[in-house]
Amino acid sequence: MKILKNLVGWVDDRFPLLDTWKEHLSEYYAPKNFNFWYFFGSLALLVLVIQIASGIFLTMSYKPDALIAFASVEYIMRDVQWGWLLRYVHSTGASMFFVVVYLHMFRGMMYGSYRKPRELLWIIGVVIYLALMAEAFMGYLLPWGQMSFWGAQVIVNLFSSVPFIGPDLSVLIRGDYVISDATLNRFFALHVAAIPLVLVGIVFVHLVALHKVGSNNPDGIEIKKHKDAKGHPVDGIPFHPFYTVKDMVGVVGFLIIFCAIIFFAPDMGGYFLEANNFVPANPMQTPAHIAPVWYFTPYYAILRAVPPMFGSQFPGVIAMGIGAIAIVFLPWLDRGKVKSIRYRGPIFKAFLAAFVVSFIGLGYLGLLPATPTYTLISRILSVVYFAFFILMPWYTKIDKCKPEPDRVTFK
Amino acid sequence: MTDNVDRSKRRLLLAATTAAGGVAAVGAATPFVLSFMPSERAKAAGAPVEVDISAIAPGTMKVVEWQGKPVWIVRRTPEMLALLSKHDDELTDPTCSVPQQPEYCKNASRSIKPEIFVVIGICTHLGCSPSFRPEAAPADLGANWGGGWFCPCHGSRFDLAARVYKGSPAPTNLIIPPHQYVSENMLLIGDDEKKGAA
Repeated sequence: MKILKNLVGWVDDRFPLLDTWKEHLSEYYAPKNFNFWYFFGSLALLVLVIQIASGIFLTMSYKPDALIAFASVEYIMRDVQWGWLLRYVHSTGASMFFVVVYLHMFRGMMYGSYRKPRELLWIIGVVIYLALMAEAFMGYLLPWGQMSFWGAQVIVNLFSSVPFIGPDLSVLIRGDYVISDATLNRFFALHVAAIPLVLVGIVFVHLVALHKVGSNNPDGIEIKKHKDAKGHPVDGIPFHPFYTVKDMVGVVGFLIIFCAIIFFAPDMGGYFLEANNFVPANPMQTPAHIAPVWYFTPYYAILRAVPPMFGSQFPGVIAMGIGAIAIVFLPWLDRGKVKSIRYRGPIFKAFLAAFVVSFIGLGYLGLLPATPTYTLISRILSVVYFAFFILMPWYTKIDKCKPEPDRVTFK
Repeated sequence: MTDNVDRSKRRLLLAATTAAGGVAAVGAATPFVLSFMPSERAKAAGAPVEVDISAIAPGTMKVVEWQGKPVWIVRRTPEMLALLSKHDDELTDPTCSVPQQPEYCKNASRSIKPEIFVVIGICTHLGCSPSFRPEAAPADLGANWGGGWFCPCHGSRFDLAARVYKGSPAPTNLIIPPHQYVSENMLLIGDDEKKGAA
C-alpha cells in the first residue's frame, strides 16, 4: 500500500493525476436528480470503446481491396476464430451507437440542455453526431456488398448535384469516375484512422465543456445557485462514486440488450444488416429496392420528398443537409422562459411530440419504396419536421410556462 | 524595455510570417489533396469496348461494362419504335435539347440505327441502374406504361429512348455514350472517331 502511495505521489509531482481525478470524478458535482435519460451519455462512451476495440480486431483480418473485401468479411465470419462475434459486435454496435445517441439528443431537447450556458457543449455534440454519421457511412462500404456499393453510389452522387463544382467534387471523393477500389481503400483509411481520431478528440472536448458548465438536470434549473460553505452545490453529488455506480446499472442493462441482439438477432430482421448486403457488389445491377440503414432514413425520406427544381436535385440535397444539422440552432431558436419540459406549456409539448412523430415517421418511410402516397406523407412529415424548428421562436415565446422550483425536485 | 518596442514593425513581421506560413501550408497541402484525384491508372481505364450485337434478339437488352458503368444495348422492335413519338407531352425533354447525347444521336430515336439503342445505364438522378421493363402495362407501373426503364431507387421512369418522364426525380434523359459501328454487327462503345476503311 505504501509503495502504491509513493508511486502515486511520484506521478502526481510530475502529472496532475489527483487533481484530474478530483476535478472530473470525485469532486465533479452533478445534480442529484438525474433520471433514466441520463444513462445515455455514459452509454455512448461505452459504445465508442466497444466500436474501437472490435474495430481494431476486425482490421487485422479485413482486406480493403475491391476484389477480396467481400470474401475477407466472409473469411472473418467463417474461418477466423470468434470472428463472427467480433463482426456482430461491431455491426450491432454501429446501430446501438445511434440508438443511444438519438436518446441522448432527445434528452437534451426535453430538458433544454442546449440552453445558455450550454450552447457550445451542444454544438460540439452536433459535430460528434455528424462525425458519427460520416464514420457509419464509410464503414458501411467496407463489406463491399450490394447495399454498400449502391448506398455509396447514391450518397456520393448527392455531392455531384452541387452547382458548378459538383461533378468534380464527386470525382474527388471517389478518386475515380465510379465507386471503385480507390473509393473503398480511402473510405477504409478514413473509417479506421482519420474519423475515429477526430471522434475521440471531440468527445474529449465535449466532456471538458460539460465539466466547465456543469450538467443540466430534469428540472432545467442551475444547481450552482445554492452552494454550501465549501462552495459545493447543495443539490449536487460527487460523480464518483454516486453516478459511476448508477451508470454501472445502465451498463449492465444495456449489455443485456446488446448481447441479446448479437446472439439472437444480429441482422435485426434486416434493419441492422440489410439482406442485400450479403450479395457481393455488382456495378452492373442495382438491387430491386435499396434503402439506407435505419439511422439515415429520416433524412433520406426528406431527400426523396423534395421534387427536383430547375432541373436539379440540389434543393432536396440542401433540405436533407439542413434537416441533419437543424438541431444546432436550437439554443437560439428557443425563447422559452423555462428549460425543462416539466415546466413548459402545452404548445411546446405538442410541437415536440409532433417532431418525434415526424422523425420516426420519416425514418419508417425512408425504408420503403417511393410510391405517390408515401411521397405525399413524406412531404407532410417533412413540413412538420421543419416547422418544429422554424416556428420555435414563436411558439416557445407564447407558451404558458409553469413556475420553476428554486431547488431540484428529488424524492 | 517596452519603450523600445517598435510595434508597427512587430505587426508587419507577424503579418509577413503568417502570410508566408499560410502560403507554405497551402503548398504543402496540395499534394495531399491532389492524391485524392483519380490516379493515372484510373484515368487510363476508360478504353473503348467492342461488342458483338448479332445475338441480341428483338425486344431484348444486353449489358456491357464500359468505364466501370453498365452500357445497355437494346434491339428495338418496330412496335417499340412506333411508340416513341406518341408521348412527347409526358416527357421532360422529348426533343433532347439537353446535350446528353452525341450530335449524331440527337434524333427521334436517339440512335444511329433506329433499331439499335445504346445508352449508359446509370440514372441521372443519383446514379442507380434502372431496371429494364419492356412489357406494356405491368401491374406495378400502370396501364399507360409502354415499356422502358424504371429506377428502383427513387422511382424515375424512362421510355424506350431513355427519355425521362415528367414527375420523375431524375432531371434529364439518360446519357448516350460516344459509339460507332465498325461493321454490320460490331459496335465500338467509347469511341466515335471514324477509322479509315474499317
